[in-house]
Amino acid sequence: MNDLIVKTVTKLIMPFIQLYGIYVILHGHLSPGGAFAGGAIMGASYILYTLAFGIHEGHKKAPHEITSKIESGGILFFIGLGLVGIVSGGFFLENLSAGFPPGVVGTLLSGGLIPLATFAIGMKVASTIVTLFHRTIEEEMYD
Amino acid sequence: MQILNVILIIFLIACALAVERTKDLIGAVIIFASYSLVMAIIWLLLRAPDIAMTEAAIGAGVTTILFIGVISRTRRMEK
Repeated sequence: MNDLIVKTVTKLIMPFIQLYGIYVILHGHLSPGGAFAGGAIMGASYILYTLAFGIHEGHKKAPHEITSKIESGGILFFIGLGLVGIVSGGFFLENLSAGFPPGVVGTLLSGGLIPLATFAIGMKVASTIVTLFHRTIEEEMYD
Repeated sequence: MQILNVILIIFLIACALAVERTKDLIGAVIIFASYSLVMAIIWLLLRAPDIAMTEAAIGAGVTTILFIGVISRTRRMEK
């Protein structure tokens, strides 16, 4: 598959898709959407790149070693956030009474640990979708 | 507004039946993508915009591509 129009449009549109994904992830506690929807949009941008440029280029753009590290790191960060509540004497994933700052209602930095947890889950979902897609079609790499 | 809802639901049922009846698996996957798209519109009309975004990204995008990837590994026609 070697189409100039598809490749050029993919290069042009990919940063905007990723910017929209990051916007949806970071505004998860303010507007519709959240970690899962934003992570799916982020992962879909890498799938689009792989479809346009082939599995070799896609694997260079999102190597399996890095995406698996991001995937594990995201969920470990989320569990660590939950353990902060236990360490401070409360329950798992305890929010404001565990010492997280409440912030100003309606701004980006508000809601205690919710933005951090949303960011961690968003990174995990994005890298999971990329890893799933690359694992499904990667046999063609070794032909 | 109610007319639109009825039309969308009828389209949804027709898509679900067609996916089950189609022997060509690629065609079934494309019909399933249109099912997800109409389902996203219905989620939006039911005032669940976050579910609508997820349905449009996962149902119409990623699931379709994963299905096509799996079909390209196996055979195209159902026996």
